[in-house]
Amino acid sequence: MALDWLIGTNLPQFWKNYLTHFEKDDNHEVHKRYVVFDMETSGLNWKDDVILSIGAIGINDNAIEIGDFFEIFIKQEKFNSHSVAFSDVIKDDDEKFVEAEAIIQFLNFIKDATLVSHNINLDLEMINQALKRLELGRLKNTFMDTNALFQRWQHHVQDTQVSLDEVCDALKIKKSDRLTASGNAYTTALVFLKLKSKLGI
Amino acid sequence: MKNPVAENVAKFLKHFPPFSSMTFEELFSIANLSKIIYLEKNQILFKGGEETHENFYVVKSGAVGLSLTSDAEETLVDKCDEGDILGLRPFFAKNHYLMTAKAREDSIICSVPIAVFEPYITENKEVLKFLLQSFASHTRNPYDKEHSGKLISENMIFAEHTTDIQYFQPIKYTKNPVTANLDDVVMYIAKTMSTSSIGSVIIQKDQLPIGIVTDRDLRSKIATGLFPITITADKIMTAPVITVPENISVAEAQMLMLKYNVGHLCVTKDGTDKSQVTGIISEHDVVAAQANTPGMLLKQTRRAFDAKELKVVRDRMTELIQNSIDKNIPVSHITNIVAEINIAITRRAIELAIQEMGAPAPARFVWLNIGSQGRKEQLLLTDQDNALIFEDIDSNEYETVKSYFLVLADKVVRMLNNVGYEMSPDDVMANNPKWCKSVTDWIKQYNIWINSPEEKTVQLSTLFFDMDFLYGTPEIEQVITDNIEKSIQQNKKFFAYLAADALKNPAPLGFFRQFLVENDGEHKDTFDIKNRALEPLGDAARVLALSHNLVDFTGTYQRFKKLAELEPENEELYTNCADAFNVLMRFRTEEGLISNSDGRYLNLKELSKSDRLKLKNCFQPINEIHDLLKNRFSLTYIN
Repeated sequence: MALDWLIGTNLPQFWKNYLTHFEKDDNHEVHKRYVVFDMETSGLNWKDDVILSIGAIGINDNAIEIGDFFEIFIKQEKFNSHSVAFSDVIKDDDEKFVEAEAIIQFLNFIKDATLVSHNINLDLEMINQALKRLELGRLKNTFMDTNALFQRWQHHVQDTQVSLDEVCDALKIKKSDRLTASGNAYTTALVFLKLKSKLGI
Repeated sequence: MKNPVAENVAKFLKHFPPFSSMTFEELFSIANLSKIIYLEKNQILFKGGEETHENFYVVKSGAVGLSLTSDAEETLVDKCDEGDILGLRPFFAKNHYLMTAKAREDSIICSVPIAVFEPYITENKEVLKFLLQSFASHTRNPYDKEHSGKLISENMIFAEHTTDIQYFQPIKYTKNPVTANLDDVVMYIAKTMSTSSIGSVIIQKDQLPIGIVTDRDLRSKIATGLFPITITADKIMTAPVITVPENISVAEAQMLMLKYNVGHLCVTKDGTDKSQVTGIISEHDVVAAQANTPGMLLKQTRRAFDAKELKVVRDRMTELIQNSIDKNIPVSHITNIVAEINIAITRRAIELAIQEMGAPAPARFVWLNIGSQGRKEQLLLTDQDNALIFEDIDSNEYETVKSYFLVLADKVVRMLNNVGYEMSPDDVMANNPKWCKSVTDWIKQYNIWINSPEEKTVQLSTLFFDMDFLYGTPEIEQVITDNIEKSIQQNKKFFAYLAADALKNPAPLGFFRQFLVENDGEHKDTFDIKNRALEPLGDAARVLALSHNLVDFTGTYQRFKKLAELEPENEELYTNCADAFNVLMRFRTEEGLISNSDGRYLNLKELSKSDRLKLKNCFQPINEIHDLLKNRFSLTYIN
């Protein structure tokens, strides 16, 4: 069964839907949608750690669409006392979804938008690992990293890792609601808008 | 579905009227359909004249300025910060924005679709009441001393004052006017004029305006038989044509027509005759735009035949200032108008004095106002400061010519004194032999001031760098300003003295940020706004403007505005100084009107708390500009 997915015959419907978004001709796109997202994870190791929650918000025409919003919390199969510390919101289990369901919803939300996050590589890898567990391919979306954009604006030569907090300070953005994935996604979206305008993207 | 971002926006809105009267659920659903936008500093949210947007805006953080544009100059009308609403105009009038909204700093704006908000206006009485109230009282206005609530902007602030404000709004004129070429035959031009029922045709050469044929030309040159009707346009046109920029105000248009004694102004892209014609303003346009205005005062000035009649004009001007202040007309506009009237009065006084002399002037000359009159910053009755420069003549005639001008100047000075302009306390007037001399002597005088500045003379000499040549031969003005420009270049010592002088005024605030008041004398316990606030700004503007060789710019406000253009890195500081200057001028003028004085000494006890704060806010730019002077002109070397 699993091999059928890989050769593309028996792919699940949601994945097919996701892929059809990328079949369109890019030139026809007038309004480019960006999705800024952030996630809480049980740790920084993409191999062993898992996603705890995802928050995401859409940007169209240089404006954050407040209604174009996505948030999901994921049930943990194995309890890891270490991970609890990271997640300040302890949700009731019935508000949480299993990882597979969360990924399906996330793909439905992002469609073919350009993904934006702060230090995006880890986040992307976490999602790709989750997709791998579903025996699916990797994310197809183009992506942008606010950290990289910030470096470019600062004219830094070598890659330096700057935290979202530091970027906010440098750009004078209020760091409100920085404790949840959705709050972080919103803050990152402001950072992105600001950098986008400063860099003229 | 839950949406913490929308919840946060709803919570934010809940703090501010009219949203505070709405339920959280209502605000949440509004927030869900709203957007967040980011504005870079100086980015424009909407422009005056632009079609209204489908959204209105709430400032989430940062600040957005609202300004009116006329006379090609922006006047800041209002500043919106956190929680202020702007762009509500589409609710009231579905046409175009009146003002321009531009971010004064990096700002985050919540953009709410009007269609989403509209149902609540009719459903929620409080919302409706709020909108109507702020609409009717047009409370959101920085010049309004009594009101300082957070209210709506960009509405109909000027709805009730349309007649006054119209005067300062861009004039409506004919766009794409009829034009003709130099070699067109007058008869055909006249035919075109009568078929399209217009009073003038602009004559172009290489797409540029070089003259104008008007009804008046046809009447006086063709109908009288002076020229045949088959002659070409170049023989009878009036040239050069007076050109003005787009966006000129009614007031300005009228002033220029009176100044040049013409009935038509040609509108061009950049306001000079070196750019494309875009329209024509006729006298009729001016009359149509306003009925009862300060322009009348100018006319009256021209017809006055003695000091008494000029005094009537001067007294009515005080009323005009009072009215303008009451009606919150921007100070920079008021000062422009007042300066024009003052100039007209002085000109008329000179003309009358020449008539009285019984003999024409034996040489060409210019009359210049200096000091605050030269900067065109005197709103109320102030002292006279003036000087006279006559052309170089044979040395054996020198004494006769000089004595003629001294007598003439004496007549002018006395007449102006009768009109109500006090004599200069330091005797800096054109009837003083020291300040009435030939071009060569004046150049020597300026060179002494520039090349060997002394502490004693600097203060006096600064008066002469704020000059307005208001009567006489333009060539003399050119010679003098050219010489100044040449001499001050690279003259570090001169600028150091000027800058040091600019730092001499006493500080406005003490160590505990309290106002420093006069210790003794007639004005004990009052605040000297001239010495402690206005003069430091004026002095700083002067030295900085001269260091950029801006000899022609003499107004403090105009100097700062120009400096902001030239030094983008200090734009904010210069703009703040310009704004502070206008606010201070307003304080001084209001005080002067109340106490019937020159408004120099403010009685702090009579100011409201918010006014005292507003006054204090003007001092920060003064401190900053002082630091800039100290650094730029290395003031540690002298003193």
